[in-house]
Amino acid sequence: MSGYSITEPSSRQKWVAGTLVIVYAIITLLPLVWIITTGFKSPVDAIAYPPKVVFEPSLEGYVNLFTTRTRIGQEQLEALPPPATWYEEIVRDRDMVIAGPSRYGERFLNSVIIGFGSTFLSVFLGTLAAYAFSRFKVPLKDDLLFFILSTRMMPPIAVAIPIFLMFRKLGLSDTHLGMILLYTAVNISLAVWLLKGFIDEIPREYEEAALIDGYTRFQAFYKVVLPQAATGIASTAIFCLIFSWNEYAFAVLLTSGTAQTAPPFIPTIIGVGGQDWPAVAAGATLFLIPVMVFTILLRKHLLRGITFGAVRK
Amino acid sequence: MSDTPIDRVAKATPPSVASKIRGLSDRTIAWLFVAPSIFLLLAVNIFPLIWTINLSFTNYKANRPNREVDFIGLRNYERILTDSDIWLTMQATAHFLFWTIFLQVLIGFALAWLINRKFKGNDLWTTLIVLPMMLSPAVVGNFWTFLYQPQIGLFNYAVSFLTGIDPSSFEMIGDVALAPWAIVIVDTWMWTPFVMLICLAGLRSIPDYIYEAAEIDRASKWRQFWTITVPMVLPFLMLAVLFRGIENFKMFDLVVQLTGGGPGSITELTSINLKREAFEKWRTGYASAYAIILFVTVFGLASIYVKALNKVKER
Repeated sequence: MSGYSITEPSSRQKWVAGTLVIVYAIITLLPLVWIITTGFKSPVDAIAYPPKVVFEPSLEGYVNLFTTRTRIGQEQLEALPPPATWYEEIVRDRDMVIAGPSRYGERFLNSVIIGFGSTFLSVFLGTLAAYAFSRFKVPLKDDLLFFILSTRMMPPIAVAIPIFLMFRKLGLSDTHLGMILLYTAVNISLAVWLLKGFIDEIPREYEEAALIDGYTRFQAFYKVVLPQAATGIASTAIFCLIFSWNEYAFAVLLTSGTAQTAPPFIPTIIGVGGQDWPAVAAGATLFLIPVMVFTILLRKHLLRGITFGAVRK
Repeated sequence: MSDTPIDRVAKATPPSVASKIRGLSDRTIAWLFVAPSIFLLLAVNIFPLIWTINLSFTNYKANRPNREVDFIGLRNYERILTDSDIWLTMQATAHFLFWTIFLQVLIGFALAWLINRKFKGNDLWTTLIVLPMMLSPAVVGNFWTFLYQPQIGLFNYAVSFLTGIDPSSFEMIGDVALAPWAIVIVDTWMWTPFVMLICLAGLRSIPDYIYEAAEIDRASKWRQFWTITVPMVLPFLMLAVLFRGIENFKMFDLVVQLTGGGPGSITELTSINLKREAFEKWRTGYASAYAIILFVTVFGLASIYVKALNKVKER
């Protein structure tokens, strides 16, 4: 053992390990890169053989994503005044005219409303419950915590049968409110378990000092504990948001129009003769990028989030 | 600080109520804080579960709400457990579960071990590797059908590039022999980082002095790996398997978008099969019994597994 720590890998080992990991990373990211680049391909380039790596970028996918178009005859086309905007020009080049906006914008907005609504509610309720579980002697505490977790083990389709009937009866089918409540219920288990972990880590002494200073329990909670737990609350919120954002099973079964979110909608984007891949890829890109950004922001708490707080680092 | 939601609630609360809250005991506050969550879970999870149990003893059909409903006892359960199609579904699920977990543990552990060699920039690459698992399985699964297209698909092209097989000679999702592997590949692509992250936490939890002591005892690297690394990471690995097991038993979105259960019903996992019974054939009573059986299975397997996990942790 001459001069180096035995637990520190040799530089050759590091080099080999680094190369292998980078090769894996490149392979694993290829599908994602392909989604993003396909969004900027023309329909012809998207289905070219061999697959095109170098191509002339086009915004046709994005134009198709946000519009509906109709094909018109050559004479009618020539009779029209020249296109006023760049996107009209792209559509005209395909012998078509814009008939109106597509539903993508609405669906994306639904995802935002339902995602943020349910995140706010589940983090709000989850923080209260987590604080109580962390600080007070709640009767049957362990049973309640296990019950909260076990709700997550049910297959969504199994829960969807009675929820479908219940929503039909209450008039909540295909409404924002219904989906927000449903996603809140699903997310609460995650929120409680994660936040309990974060609040457990805040020393009780802070609150005790505040209580001695004449604060009530309630004031101690929101003036002392909440600011301390801010990072934990923020990362929990992002995890809840990502879940609601990505959820598909409930969305596809319980929504069809007004409250439909983007995941069930994106696969239904079709063009002439099957899926319009550049438009699908464009829709997917816009939908996936926020989650990629959040993942990078969250990287320190990622492990905690995905294991319900079971593994902390 | 004045922006926290609680503050806003506190400000909006009239003084009379606020002064009442001031006097509340910790016990009351505890219940006040826990009750809304529990209530919501009862309303959205437990009440529906009880309703499902109820429905499972009937021949109710949700698309004909006005038809007379008969109580038929355990007939639905009997039919499910003797139905050979359901056993085929279970086989497909078992194949999917076994191979995804096997591959994810193998690759995930290997990656974690490599990353733990602490090469320069390992944090950045770890974050990049993790990206696929955070994305919407339905949206990504749908795009994979494009990558799997014969001739034009990137996957087929890559395979032909590496092996020389004609890219239009095979169809990953249209072929009975290949489709079960098509879903295994995408799930492994998506979820290997999950196992990797947990293994990495396990590896990082092993203190250096254990290896130092082993080195002094002249234990070979190979022996150190099997007597220190593997047993110390095992509880973490089991936790990862538990999570993946439950998640993949529930698997719906990714596979529905990839193969829709096809070709035929070769990749029809239990959740997809259940969806067909409940929302396409509208056999609500039958599907409810099916749902209960699935739930009991997951719950039973998970609790056995958690017990085993705790035993490993105790060692």
